[in-house]
Amino acid sequence: MSANMLQLRGISLQLGDRPLLAPLSLTVRAGEVVTVMGPSGCGKSSLLAYLCGMLDPTFRAAGRVLVGGVDVTDRPPEQRRIGILFQDDLLFPHLSVGENLAFGLPPTVRNRRQRRALVAAALADAELAGFAERDPATLSGGQRARVALLRMLLSEPAALLLDEPFSKLDADLKAKFRHFVFDHARRQSLPTLLVTHDRADAVAAGGRIIEIGEFSEGAPAESPSESPSGSF
Amino acid sequence: MAPPPKPIAGAVAPAGPQPRRAGLVRYAPPLTLGLFLAPIAAGLVGTWLPAAGWLPALGGDRVTLAAWRALLAAPELPGAVRLTLVSGFLSTAISFALAIGICATGHHTALFARLRQALTPLLAVPHAAIAIGLAFLIAPSGWIVRLFSPWATGWDRPPDLIISQDPYGLSLVFGLVIKETPYLLLMTLGALGQVRAERSISVARALGYRPATAWLKVVLPQIYPQIRLPVYAVLAFSLSVVDVALILAPTTPPPLAPLLLHWFNDPDLTMRFQAAAGASLQLGIAVAAILVWIGGERLVAALARPWLSAGGRGAGQGLGRRTAGALIAGLLGVAALCFAGLGIWSVAERWRYPDPLPTTWTLGTWQSHASALAGPAWTTLWVGLAAAVVAIILVLGCLENEKRRGLHPSARGLWLLYVPLLVPQVSFLFGAQILLVRIGLDGTWLALAWSHLLFVLPYVFLSLADPYRALDDRYARTAFCLGASPARVFWRVTLPVLLRPALAALAIGFAVSAGLYLPTLFAGGGRYVTLTTEAVSLAAGADRRVIGVYAFLQAGLPLLAFAAALALPAWLYRNRRGLSGRG
Repeated sequence: MSANMLQLRGISLQLGDRPLLAPLSLTVRAGEVVTVMGPSGCGKSSLLAYLCGMLDPTFRAAGRVLVGGVDVTDRPPEQRRIGILFQDDLLFPHLSVGENLAFGLPPTVRNRRQRRALVAAALADAELAGFAERDPATLSGGQRARVALLRMLLSEPAALLLDEPFSKLDADLKAKFRHFVFDHARRQSLPTLLVTHDRADAVAAGGRIIEIGEFSEGAPAESPSESPSGSF
Repeated sequence: MAPPPKPIAGAVAPAGPQPRRAGLVRYAPPLTLGLFLAPIAAGLVGTWLPAAGWLPALGGDRVTLAAWRALLAAPELPGAVRLTLVSGFLSTAISFALAIGICATGHHTALFARLRQALTPLLAVPHAAIAIGLAFLIAPSGWIVRLFSPWATGWDRPPDLIISQDPYGLSLVFGLVIKETPYLLLMTLGALGQVRAERSISVARALGYRPATAWLKVVLPQIYPQIRLPVYAVLAFSLSVVDVALILAPTTPPPLAPLLLHWFNDPDLTMRFQAAAGASLQLGIAVAAILVWIGGERLVAALARPWLSAGGRGAGQGLGRRTAGALIAGLLGVAALCFAGLGIWSVAERWRYPDPLPTTWTLGTWQSHASALAGPAWTTLWVGLAAAVVAIILVLGCLENEKRRGLHPSARGLWLLYVPLLVPQVSFLFGAQILLVRIGLDGTWLALAWSHLLFVLPYVFLSLADPYRALDDRYARTAFCLGASPARVFWRVTLPVLLRPALAALAIGFAVSAGLYLPTLFAGGGRYVTLTTEAVSLAAGADRRVIGVYAFLQAGLPLLAFAAALALPAWLYRNRRGLSGRG
């Protein structure tokens, strides 16, 4: 589906007077994984926060975000159809594993049996069949990470943001989970934007790599000419 | 009763590899528990015995059910209990719903970041002052009627309506809601930080959930366990409040707690047996109400469980930012009107109906009552300071003990701390008074300050515990490595760094004490008059100008304490940016 596209148009970030990110324009096609790399503190997580509408108000930002050709910059996070995966799995501790997954399912799936079947399918996909009633706290790190991804995918996002979701897993799990994530993203032809400081992640993603965060001291700080309409 | 040996924070297991020398602070937890739990336990027993007929001083020397029979035969009882239950549950439910509604609809707005500061002054103002201000506001000749009369209502003279002491107790509910909602809100804000609420919200919103729905489905179930004790405290308080009820509740019959006070003060001393039985009933009502509330919690949890994962994202744009803003503005607005009304009445000379403001102003009321005010103001000041200072010493001792011995706070410790807030005052103060008479302390300054300490201590502990426990331990370790003794570290490092929250806790303690009514009456043995007891007794029928003077000062003193608690560290640390953050 060619309409499934994530477009960034001239996105820049500023923290106080300090420019964090020079205007960045980028199109991520359906099923493509683009990696943004940079050292910590260069603003890559803030970039993702801006894309999904959750940038801290202490930042100033400008530029437009388009999902499937529709400008979503002025929409609240919940209406952007942009899914995001964080470093921590952030499974809700008060819900069971199955309820966490069902939380992601859209309300349009009304039928209870159908909801349960979709959750069971997702669990099987994560090699967690029969885990629906379990407390998420009893799962291993890798299992929790898979549930978190599937919960997000069940919500039918149109684009996928990955905020260093592999950094807390150990080496062996990391490779497996990376494969799991990229595989799902491609299968659902989601445009995917990964930020990381780990080159191995970028290589595994197998797509374009964009390096940011290289403001040398002497370089003139590029101030965004547009008004920071997107900041909130 | 011997104080239980467990420290207040509940000993679980030593966590640190090498607990530090505990020193004197080791005795702080048992001392604290003894000082504030023993009188309550003794007071309860001292109330139950007369309820069972046993009070030799008044001729009760055998166990009978006569007191209970007299209580049940009292014609006012059914109405009083009904009014108590309705107003208690209604005000608690409304306050809880408002607090939750404000958090759910406003958590993502800029307003929310400043909510804490906005609510603090409201928390400082005593219940009675708000109640008097509200009574002025909604009276037939109050501001609300004046503003709409006669052009809209057609009332050329104050209408013949009973608004402020309505038979249904609605004005009582209103008065309680104004005070309890900010309290529950502040407790909720405190709990939010402990569950990483913002991250949960981010996830839910990225999954397509609207902010309010996200909060209710993801945050509320996580934080409820942490705000349930404050909710129970509000419920128990609302079911047994005396001062607010004396001002805003109907009198025929009044709710149970003021009725009991009336019986305790009856010149016929044998009425005290009946009153003691009623006080025991009051405790039973509070306990039963909390159990009913817990049942309700379970029911709601069971019914709402499927809804949590049914996928509904919440609909409509409208219910959002504006709801929270409007609710808070309404709350603060009413409170500000109450306060302003007190102030204006105190300097009004001629204020005829339906003028919105006085036509002539005067400081005469203040001047003619200056000497009469001095006594109550002085008593309020010293009792409040004494109770707050003792409380903060005990609390610092407990917290320092906890830190030095590597103890962790436990749920049981927290329940103990809430005991004075959960047990209705009227259900143990009579027994405590009997005890004070026995040991010859009744009506002394010591008894008065001690009785205030019971209620001041939990608040001081609650407000200081989080900043103290959150204190970066590396400061102290660094100081130890520099060769400082534990005592030196405490005085030179811990306390200065914690000056801001410690002063805030002191101000909260003072405000709690300044607002206490029933403990002053019982422990003071009628010998001590504070601004609160004076304002409440004047509210029954004095000139509004005079009531205004007392109630305004009653509200003003705690506010001044809060202002001082903010200003002092700001001035001391004006050149220390690292210490200027919010406590």
